[in-house]
Amino acid sequence: MNRDVRDVAVPQQSSTDGVHAERLYGWGMTSPSVADVADPTAVEQLAELVTGAGPRGVIARGLGRSYGDPAQNGGGRVVRTTSLNKILNIDIEHGIVTAQAGVSLHQLMGTMLPLGWFVPVTPGTRYVTVGGAIGADIHGKNHHSAGSFGQHVLSMDLLGADGQIRTLTPATEPELFWATAGGMGLTGIVTQATIAFKKVETARIKADIWRAPDLDGVLAELAATDDKYPYTVAWIDCLSTGRNLGRSVLTCGDFAKLDELPAKVRKDPRKFSPLSLGKVPPVPVSGLLNKMTGRAFNEMWFRKAPVRKEGVIQGVGAFFHPLDGIMEWNRVYGPAGFLQWQFVIPFGTEDTLRQIVERISAHGAPAALTVLKRFGEGSPGYLSFPAKGWTLALDFPTNTPGLAQLLDDMDEKVLEAGGRLYLAKDSRMRPELLAEMYPRLEAFRKLRAEIDPHQVFMSDQARRLHL
Amino acid sequence: MKDSLGAPQSLLVLGGSSDIAMSTARKMAAARTKKIYLAGRPSQRIEDNAAELRTLGATVEVIPFDAAATDDHDKVLSQVFAADDIDVVLLAFGVLGDQAEDEKDPARAVAVAHVNYTGAVSSGIIVGQALKKQGHGSLVVLSSVAAERARRANFIYGSSKAGLDAFAQGLGDSMVGTGVHVMVVRPGFVDTKMTQGKEKTPLSTTPDAVADLIITGLRRGSHTVWAPGAFRYVMSGLRHVPRPLFRRLPM
Repeated sequence: MNRDVRDVAVPQQSSTDGVHAERLYGWGMTSPSVADVADPTAVEQLAELVTGAGPRGVIARGLGRSYGDPAQNGGGRVVRTTSLNKILNIDIEHGIVTAQAGVSLHQLMGTMLPLGWFVPVTPGTRYVTVGGAIGADIHGKNHHSAGSFGQHVLSMDLLGADGQIRTLTPATEPELFWATAGGMGLTGIVTQATIAFKKVETARIKADIWRAPDLDGVLAELAATDDKYPYTVAWIDCLSTGRNLGRSVLTCGDFAKLDELPAKVRKDPRKFSPLSLGKVPPVPVSGLLNKMTGRAFNEMWFRKAPVRKEGVIQGVGAFFHPLDGIMEWNRVYGPAGFLQWQFVIPFGTEDTLRQIVERISAHGAPAALTVLKRFGEGSPGYLSFPAKGWTLALDFPTNTPGLAQLLDDMDEKVLEAGGRLYLAKDSRMRPELLAEMYPRLEAFRKLRAEIDPHQVFMSDQARRLHL
Repeated sequence: MKDSLGAPQSLLVLGGSSDIAMSTARKMAAARTKKIYLAGRPSQRIEDNAAELRTLGATVEVIPFDAAATDDHDKVLSQVFAADDIDVVLLAFGVLGDQAEDEKDPARAVAVAHVNYTGAVSSGIIVGQALKKQGHGSLVVLSSVAAERARRANFIYGSSKAGLDAFAQGLGDSMVGTGVHVMVVRPGFVDTKMTQGKEKTPLSTTPDAVADLIITGLRRGSHTVWAPGAFRYVMSGLRHVPRPLFRRLPM
């Protein structure tokens, strides 16, 4: 039998090899869609994946920690960046790191902490990529002292709709740089970024932990911590009622100095201590978290916190990422999934904050692990979330009765107070509210129309919110 | 896009003058569904429906669509899908026919089968493919409890719905892994313009109640919705009743 020469020739490695249909959803495990997913292993493959994307476009996806749908693209292409995970360059002297987009903060901490450097900003999970951290312009417990992630990016390489890679810095291309930081992946695919790290003497945190009896208490206490600690957060009980409404546990701290460590730890002071406790089993545990268990959990969390304890030495995992200790903790909400609702409202609108906490408490929605924090000045990011004020983040199981109306009503309150919702968390807001919450949305749309007129970069979230 | 609480943003109704579809559209429009396409034969009723939905804040387009004219389906439906992502398609057209007359006239009986079954197969295939291209979306097919077991009194209608029902189940299975969800809705007697003047059977319900069940089913991703829910158990019993007994039952 005669075989065509082409059949026996070694097939050319194509960027679309291994592209496969996959059902994707966000961390909340809601509203899935199916896309063609590519896992490129080299930056060279990216351009072809972008220029060869079909009419439904393409979006980058990292570790899938956004709660809703920003890293999904139903019927289109999704480029998972997690195989582009090389740390390209480390300047040990100045703490400047160049990493590919798929490098996780976990990986960066593991590499850089022993060298005496810490990521400038970390959210409540280490399992986010550099690309995702830029796309959502993430914040952490140190927002009031250090700002958002984008403010520590010295430069980044962005692959545009035309298949070209541009190097952006805040000085040379401020518009595109700040449209990309917080731009939810809609300006292109970040291929690598150079980030300025924070110098630390040890890999341990010296934390002060104490309780506040009620909402007024926690607001006052937190306001007083701004100048005292670079890292602050309060866990607030949104299920308690009456005089306990808003009772909280404050956790504030900074990296410990070497001489502050116990002798045992001092031997290996910069050892990365991620802490891992186990994994939520893949069995349906739907209904495990309800009003009753939510209350009981909050009660336990509050009671186990010390009334006041100073100088507690904690690992990075315990202090920054307590939930990372439990792999796939998002499963505790069961197959119906959950959502996170996070807003920021300006200082001076504490009445609104109180009304919102009261409303949630009255509704009895099982919002466990509610986090309250103070933001400092926002970044110049067009769609960057943080702004000076109070931010509150709550998880809700999506099968909570009356949740849609409750959140719609509270969106209005947030908007009235001059606040906004966080796009990396949002999975359900009304699209009309977005322009009011983000005054620079029009400018963002205009810029996007210029650099990507055919909307090659597209996500389910962009479709849902008409970004 | 459907949001995390299961609320769709866009709806395409095939059979835009259906009472059940209208009740469903009304409830959806009051929530997040602000883009609605009503496809159906041009009539005052469909225009009125569109006008009412507009008062609820929805943008509504009326699309001339004839379930029986299967040759035109591809063209008409492709236009809708080219313009927008459609989160939910509600296949709601259907005719009851007149059993006594239809039994005498094969052409009339065929017309019932053609609309209810052939028309649905044609548009169902097209919609299925279009949703698959989006990678998400739900197709809701209005079947009937009559599909579960045809009765002496309405077997022409019942058999057409039985065919439709089997088609929709198979279509749903073929869509597993594509992001597309197909939901079969089996109402009993519903008080609508279609059943006007007909004698109510037990467990009769209203368009509003069926609409609520459709919306809940969509949120949960159900495959089969009975309306009212008790029919699931009633029909699982009736399914096994021997024929000589079944045809004597007072239904």
